[in-house]
Amino acid sequence: MRAIYILWLRELKRYARSRSQVIASLGQPMLYLLVLGFGLGSVFQKAGMGSYLQFIAPGIIGMTVLFSSIFSGLGLLWDRQFGFLKEMLVAPVPRLEIMIGRTLGGMTVSVIQGMLVLVIALIVGFRPVSWWHLPIAIGFMLAISLVFAALGVAIGSSLQDMQGFQLIMNFLVMPIYFLSGAMFPLAGQGWPLKIATRIDPLSYGIDGMRAVLLGSSTFSPVLDIAVLICVGAVLLVFGAYRFSKIEI
Amino acid sequence: MIEVRNLVKTFGAFTAVNDVSFSVAEGEIFAFLGPNGAGKTTTIKMLTTLLHPTSGSIRLDGLDPLKQQNEARKKFGIVFQDPSLDGDLTAAENMEIHGVLYGVPHKVRRQRTEELLKLFELWDRRDEQVKKFSGGMKRRLEIARGFLHTPRILFLDEPTLGLDPQSRNQLWTHVKKVNEAEKVTVFLTTHYMDEADRVAHRIGVIDHGKLVTQGTPTEIKEQTGTTTLEDAFLKLTGETIRDESASSTDMMRQFAKMWSGGKR
Repeated sequence: MRAIYILWLRELKRYARSRSQVIASLGQPMLYLLVLGFGLGSVFQKAGMGSYLQFIAPGIIGMTVLFSSIFSGLGLLWDRQFGFLKEMLVAPVPRLEIMIGRTLGGMTVSVIQGMLVLVIALIVGFRPVSWWHLPIAIGFMLAISLVFAALGVAIGSSLQDMQGFQLIMNFLVMPIYFLSGAMFPLAGQGWPLKIATRIDPLSYGIDGMRAVLLGSSTFSPVLDIAVLICVGAVLLVFGAYRFSKIEI
Repeated sequence: MIEVRNLVKTFGAFTAVNDVSFSVAEGEIFAFLGPNGAGKTTTIKMLTTLLHPTSGSIRLDGLDPLKQQNEARKKFGIVFQDPSLDGDLTAAENMEIHGVLYGVPHKVRRQRTEELLKLFELWDRRDEQVKKFSGGMKRRLEIARGFLHTPRILFLDEPTLGLDPQSRNQLWTHVKKVNEAEKVTVFLTTHYMDEADRVAHRIGVIDHGKLVTQGTPTEIKEQTGTTTLEDAFLKLTGETIRDESASSTDMMRQFAKMWSGGKR
């Protein structure tokens, strides 16, 4: 247990110390939120869909949590490179505990990031249907971070170096984001896009946040949370397996 | 304490360690010598559960590091050849994580951290981030960290690389101290033959993945008819210079230097 705690703490300390990184990682969501939110606002309104800022804010929070948690898992590559991975791997601690500590740390950091974006959204005019729903939205952030931190660990354990990083970014992370319905409603597409968006686990996370924050959603919030937890559990087992097989 | 039989490790067509057998008794200091790329680090990685052997058997204090990984890991401590510190954390925090991972009780951890950081002259800088340290200071911190818990077996993979003579002297004095006082078995590699001659009880020489000879420093010198271990080593392994091809890790380091701008 102490090993899990100390590795969780390590992730938080590293996060707190990289202030420039914190600010940099908030830049992209702010750009999406402000430029798209206000830029496409009038078109969205004319289409009779209401405020685009309201609609896109949960999507941008989901995006932030996605990026931040998947990168925390891929951070294994940095640990491998700077050697700290060896220090963890030879320690007399079950690898499962090491993986859990790291993953919990990554999840905590990405939920903090998500909450920062939520605060920014509130400042620029986003309003939830009820303030009492905010804790449930944070629960959804946690579920999203579980899925993608576990996926990140699975990928980070399998890659040897940074060369695969661009590939992962372009063919996995970006599609997950674009297909999640973060920027467009999930209803009324042709069947290829419909299938793709239903396979993407992030769709359910963002749908769930829309359900609690806006009071309207495509799926039911119960289905959303169930999908996230199931996918998260499977990926966690897979990630733990890949992590236990690392050789240096 | 360490029993290795017919150990083989191949990477594709390349055989890094080729049928190596040796044993190290409890309380012994064993130096594993060889030119670059001879298979020293690969052997240490297999002994310390970081790499699976292709074939052959290993016993650490009677335990099989392949099957009883965690029990085996409890037996040893290791100072790696290349860096293994977290640069974003301070020296004290690096020591703390190590202590917690190795189950050193809180009180002992604090006390030994202070002793060791003072011994290796890092105590004044304990609250500074490690990435601000010079190469020599990082090296000293890695060594101090390796001594934080008291293992039954201590692996030192080229521990003196990049150390000044003062720190080197400090290191070997400390190694001898824990070896004598606590009967810690030491398995070390080094390129400095005088160090091996001075510290090691027994020596094994490896070249091209094969164990060329083993014995006490005196035996090896007599065997080759030379007066110094350096000459004996050159006679056994030849005078051609070896090149190691850059590993993917090295290439990745280069890449990171280009892009991270010293972020970590």
